[in-house]
Amino acid sequence: MEDIFTIANKNFNSRLIVGTGKYKDFEETAKAVKASSADIVTVAVRRVNITNKKEPLLMDYLDPKSITYLPNTAGCYTSEDALRTLRLAREMGGWRLVKLEVLGDKKTLYPNMIETIKSTEILVKEGFEVMVYCTDDPILSKKLEDAGACAIMPLAAPIGSGLGIQNKTNIALIKEQSSVPVIIDAGVGTASDATIAMELGCDGVLINTAIAEAKDPILMAEAMKHAVISGRKAFNAGRMTKKKYGSASSPENNLI
Amino acid sequence: MNNLNMAKIQLNGLSYEINDGTNLNQLLNKLKIQKNKVAIEVNGQIVEKNKYPKLILNKNDKVEIVHFIGGG
Repeated sequence: MEDIFTIANKNFNSRLIVGTGKYKDFEETAKAVKASSADIVTVAVRRVNITNKKEPLLMDYLDPKSITYLPNTAGCYTSEDALRTLRLAREMGGWRLVKLEVLGDKKTLYPNMIETIKSTEILVKEGFEVMVYCTDDPILSKKLEDAGACAIMPLAAPIGSGLGIQNKTNIALIKEQSSVPVIIDAGVGTASDATIAMELGCDGVLINTAIAEAKDPILMAEAMKHAVISGRKAFNAGRMTKKKYGSASSPENNLI
Repeated sequence: MNNLNMAKIQLNGLSYEINDGTNLNQLLNKLKIQKNKVAIEVNGQIVEKNKYPKLILNKNDKVEIVHFIGGG
């Protein structure tokens, strides 16, 4: 059975999306992205350093023609800032598929869902395909889908925390009710967290810090690739029923 | 006497001197920036790439040149 991952009518091979922040340098970023086999990478929009013209450029290490750039609005705390950032990203080279993230609090980096929903509505009207970072609240997730989001991206735990999936029940509820892809974004700490997300039925996982801050980021990128594939296969295979007591794996008759 | 015909703009939050009559293409050339790798905002308005040659910068203009960097 073919298992295609589709976002906004575009097909992707890998269900793992990786961030490109927090790496030692762009060389390490590029190696980790390659090891992860991700087809989509998130990127941030920032001022060009005009005082150091020799500063290396991300585009020289990750070719936007061979990998899908997903511009994000990281660091934006208002709808106005997020819209400005994504409009600039679109002008840079026609990026319509974007990741919206409007933060509400500097300490927890929790999303401000009121600003997020408002921004989604505007961006959809302007022709953007919006993948939306959000809380793990089924009602608000539904509102985002109604607003036209092309993917719902609930957090597993706060950004960069590495705490893993804090509310499996909510994630499962969100997946169950959504007709657009559900992608776990933020909070994954290690490979098993990514596998659990996929076993819950999520369509994909977005990981940055867990890879970038591993002792060996390239090896962790590879681990995450396998974790996502593994979790997806387990989900498609359909797990056994949980039982309270033991059930012998070898036949109990004809014992010597 | 070109020095007499300079204008100060705000470029990415810093004060920056340009020759009078500089357009956005000329500014990018001077900064050695390729236009397909950036987006530009002048006084809060995004400028489409095909308008770079026509957009002449004026004194006190606020110019933002952005690009993609690593992010999660």
